[in-house]
Amino acid sequence: MNEYNFAYLDEQTKRMIRRAILKGLAVPGYQVPFASREMPMPYGWGTGGVQVSAATLTPKDTLKVIDQGADDTTNAVSIRKFFENTAGVETTEETEKATVIQTRHRIPEAKLREDQIIVYQVPIPEPLRFLEPRETETRKMHSLEEYGLMHVKLYEDISQHGAISTAYAYPVYVSDRYVMDPSPIPKFDNPKLEMDAIQLFGAGREQRIYAIPPHTKVVSLDFEDYPFEATKAEHCCDLCGAEDSYLDEVIMDDAGNRMFVCSDTDYCRSRREAGHMGRLAGENAA
Amino acid sequence: MNPLLQVKGIEKRYGARIGCRDVSFDLYPSEVMGIVGESGSGKSTLLNCMAGHLQPDAGQVIFDTRADGPVDTVTMSEPERRMLSRTDWAFVHQHARDGLRVTISAGGNIGERLMAVGERHYGAIRGRAIDWLGRVEIDETRVDDRPSAFSGGMQQRLQIARNLVTGPRLVFMDEPTGGLDVSVQARLLDLLRGLVREMGLSAVIVTHDLAVVRLLADRLMVMKDGHVVEAGLTDQVLDDPQHAYTQLLVSSVLQV
Repeated sequence: MNEYNFAYLDEQTKRMIRRAILKGLAVPGYQVPFASREMPMPYGWGTGGVQVSAATLTPKDTLKVIDQGADDTTNAVSIRKFFENTAGVETTEETEKATVIQTRHRIPEAKLREDQIIVYQVPIPEPLRFLEPRETETRKMHSLEEYGLMHVKLYEDISQHGAISTAYAYPVYVSDRYVMDPSPIPKFDNPKLEMDAIQLFGAGREQRIYAIPPHTKVVSLDFEDYPFEATKAEHCCDLCGAEDSYLDEVIMDDAGNRMFVCSDTDYCRSRREAGHMGRLAGENAA
Repeated sequence: MNPLLQVKGIEKRYGARIGCRDVSFDLYPSEVMGIVGESGSGKSTLLNCMAGHLQPDAGQVIFDTRADGPVDTVTMSEPERRMLSRTDWAFVHQHARDGLRVTISAGGNIGERLMAVGERHYGAIRGRAIDWLGRVEIDETRVDDRPSAFSGGMQQRLQIARNLVTGPRLVFMDEPTGGLDVSVQARLLDLLRGLVREMGLSAVIVTHDLAVVRLLADRLMVMKDGHVVEAGLTDQVLDDPQHAYTQLLVSSVLQV
């Protein structure tokens, strides 16, 4: 087929990454350091996620890659092609059919199953980073469970904006032990973090892997009088009419017209195929 | 009555040089101990050893904890010591910016210790923060301002509020009035004296300003070259200094 080892990485590297993944699954939410490799793409484009996917894939797997929910954006297309070339695995755009899903910044709308694995691309794995710049200190804070500072950030949000304004990368408390950054998914997706599938998180530049095993308790941090809210735009999808999906806002022209569409393109397409219609369905939106 | 803090034979070396050596004293509840001496006499080293910021080379710092009675804090585990230092202890730095988070609002600064010990009600945290701003004479409209917008004296008062909000029993202060002009110093001292009385605080105050210890401290230790050269009641030491160095120190104060 080609001269690459299966899924690009050599076997020793994949074993090293698998050890980190297993350790991450054994200690949910704990950031496991690993020897991140140079990948043929720039940092920030999903080098961590790609390495975790490479170590997870088997020849029988079916891979789906999404970027902000969409299957057809540059990042998603490039990574899908990368694995088509180097691993020869089947790829799909349908959430149902995939066994491994690599994602950037979204969780699919369709409920994931126990036989699926979702791999997140993580830019900055340390939730305390912007509050405490020293890595030695944040590690100590994790080991001693000193998480008061995390709430100071939420306090600042409320005092400045009247509500918790953190809208993405909303910190969660995993299995009553570790505070974790769920990668920059919208907080709308936070309740889905308690799911049936295995969730793996890879940060290439920061050289960290962490994981949430199936059915693990994941709590979004909040205050008693300002409880966590999973928010989305107050509209329904203009193409498929869905009221329960996370929406992208698209500016249509210079006159200020706009439309809202599902950010999960597969979910939107499958609903339209099933006959659901939104406000602008049938018009040539593009 | 049991002493709140017993310091026994504390020694700290920096290589061959001595930071402080063979320092012992007892501190009782509601008592304020002053430590004076010139720069480099080891008083800050001693304070940092007691507060757990430095690991002493020898000696014990025994604190009368609420739960377990007297415990040596030098050998206690780090999580326990860090828990003590955000509940029963407070540390006021000379430079307010060392003790504050300058990128976080005044309210957040005061609330941090409350949230660190598990307070999760925004309204309650904010209420306590505003209450404490009032007690340190900062207008409550400044609650959402960052400390970087505060004057030096206000920053110092904010640091005190941030430390005292969890109702500590022992406060370590390192030159709390250093770098402030005299009228601001006077108001800060007045405030500290009020809070110490009102809350029944015990305190260890390190300073080189004899006027500060005259006003605040019940007892006084004079340090030179890492040793304690004289100790006793504040008025007794200042009015009738015995050791040659103390005599020099007392006679060096400018009379206006």
